[in-house]
Amino acid sequence: MSTVASDVVAPPSTLLEVRGVKVHFPIRHGVIFDRTVGHVRAVDGVDLSVTRGRTYGLVGESGCGKTTLGRAILLLIPPTEGDVRFDGVDLTSLRPEQLRAMRRRMQMIFQDPLSSLDPRQNVESILTEGLAAHGIGGDRASRRKTILATLDAVGLPRWALSRYPHEFSGGQRQRIGIARALVLGPELIVADEPVSALDVSIQAQVLNLLDELQDERELTYVVIAHDLAVVRHIADTVGVMYLGAIVEEAPSDSLYAAPLHPYTRSLMSAVPVPDPVVEDERERILLVGDLPSPANPPEGCRFHTRCPWVQPTRCVTERPVLRPLGQHVVADLAEATGGSRAQVREAIVGHRVACHWAEQIAAGDLTPHSLPGD
Amino acid sequence: MDLLEVSDLSVVFARRGEREVRAVDGLSFSVAAGEVVGLVGESGCGKTVTALAIMGLLPRGRWVNVTGKAAFDGGDLLGLSTSDLRDIRGRDIAMVFQDPLSSLNPVVSIGVQVTEVLTRHRGMNDAAATREAASLLDRVGIPDPRRRLKEYPHQLSGGMRQRALIAMAVACQPRLLIADEPTTALDVTIQAQILELLRDLVHSLGTALIMITHDLGVVAGMCDTINVLYAGKVVETAPRRPLFASPRHPYTVGLLGSIPRLDARRGEKLTPIRGSVRDVLPWHEGCAFAPRCDRAIDACIGRTPDVMDVHSVHTYRCVNPWPQTGPDVGPAVLVRQVAPVASEQYEELS
Repeated sequence: MSTVASDVVAPPSTLLEVRGVKVHFPIRHGVIFDRTVGHVRAVDGVDLSVTRGRTYGLVGESGCGKTTLGRAILLLIPPTEGDVRFDGVDLTSLRPEQLRAMRRRMQMIFQDPLSSLDPRQNVESILTEGLAAHGIGGDRASRRKTILATLDAVGLPRWALSRYPHEFSGGQRQRIGIARALVLGPELIVADEPVSALDVSIQAQVLNLLDELQDERELTYVVIAHDLAVVRHIADTVGVMYLGAIVEEAPSDSLYAAPLHPYTRSLMSAVPVPDPVVEDERERILLVGDLPSPANPPEGCRFHTRCPWVQPTRCVTERPVLRPLGQHVVADLAEATGGSRAQVREAIVGHRVACHWAEQIAAGDLTPHSLPGD
Repeated sequence: MDLLEVSDLSVVFARRGEREVRAVDGLSFSVAAGEVVGLVGESGCGKTVTALAIMGLLPRGRWVNVTGKAAFDGGDLLGLSTSDLRDIRGRDIAMVFQDPLSSLNPVVSIGVQVTEVLTRHRGMNDAAATREAASLLDRVGIPDPRRRLKEYPHQLSGGMRQRALIAMAVACQPRLLIADEPTTALDVTIQAQILELLRDLVHSLGTALIMITHDLGVVAGMCDTINVLYAGKVVETAPRRPLFASPRHPYTVGLLGSIPRLDARRGEKLTPIRGSVRDVLPWHEGCAFAPRCDRAIDACIGRTPDVMDVHSVHTYRCVNPWPQTGPDVGPAVLVRQVAPVASEQYEELS
């Protein structure tokens, strides 16, 4: 194998940058006069950046705003506030025609492969439509060549071209959805729950396929999922969302090794692990109650109404920002986890958390349901 | 004696002019009193149809053909008349369904729906039933039960609805509870709450539980015995520890290899099962899993594989199983009691 030019890699650059994005949906009321009586704050101030060729995982429960954020990234839903920079260009400032041209470089994979494919279009027509809309791919013959290569890349046979979506199984339909996104040669793919509609044995096939395609085509992914294990498997960096905001962001390994935010901790302890030995031993942190309404989010820290570590000060009054951990926590963490300081320092690089008490919780000074001074 | 013994259950749907579908094909398993038994499999493996057949909830008609036996308490559930079944359902056997919104009546208040079972089976008058209903809702962790009784299903969150359904199911302290994917429609943190509640209820009431799910993680944490289903048959049965420590059937091994695990090392490749559930061989022509199986040999085709190791607690239906890797642990290790943190929080809830 000869060393090709692409092996001499440029320093990793940021492909996608999201700054202060908010998406508020108005709640309207009234029969004659349409009054806006409030807003659902689906996404309420999110900053994130995704490095070229890497995978950013967004994880959270239903209603946390992850899907809305995914759509806001592609400007399928225009953000109420904030900007989205793709390859240095601010998408929110583009004219519709320029945005449309940009869309070729950023594609989406949807959750439900059946409802996102037109039942009356065969696979060939589904795959050609994007090429035709953007006027790329050359003449008919060369378009057909591109399509066949794409089909091959997603592991579908040639005869699939003349078939309709209902003739395929769930896993194959998702492959069609992936092919539809790939055929335009995008750089960024936003995948919204790409495997949650599939059976477990098929999930693994699709996850492996996404992995392989990323390696071959240097794709950048934003993967949105509710399943932490799926996100851990595929993502390099993970952002955990709660009520419209990212509460913790870290490299995948670091997040799972040392979750710092109380919500991340409870979320991780709630995921069942297919191993009875682990299941019997591990500590479960059960959250009380349900997600508050995003139309009327709690004051201060949004998680304080359900947080097992909630403190009487600050949590209720002051909204925590996403911040790196203080360096003084290294010694405490090393002691608490039994690792060396160097290991801890490495583990918390790039780890950001939106909790006033993250250091104290990490060091074990605060335990669930204990308030200082009692 | 076992509380429920299902033997050779088959359900065939044969609509005129359509291909007949064998949803369940000679399925056998048993549930002891107070035991938590898991039925695990992917969509189309027949787990829900099995539950519906046991409960007598399949439509009656010439196009549905149910054969086999479901011995419960000395009688055969499959041979009961509708009115006998109505006496048993809700009193001796209760069921919790997957989607809590569609299994509650949207135009009837929660109170009426919960008290219905109490007046029907326990002969309570309205006032007593309402009192009992409130204490049941309280028991399953619904705050402010008196107010909730007057509310309608759409006013409750998903987790609350599932709690209300569980309250109805346990209202008569049934001896057997069948939970069909009870947490699939819920978020993980709510799922953890509901699983904890179910665990707590079966321990305190001594109810046997059949847990139907596609999630091996859920069964790992709560089932005493696990049955893995494929194409309408049980392919492997074992107490949970031996099953996960040393799965023998290639399908079970395949399932475990396909799941991304939260505690896995990063970069570990998943090993999916090739093909899809559609690629099955009819059982009478051989092993249904053979077309997707990496260990398939000539002996897999031609006749239905027998159940092996029938005298052990760990049985499997495979002629070329994976070798045993660890010692089989004896009887099922009981599920750990509720964690201290959790019980504290439940007290606060109620």
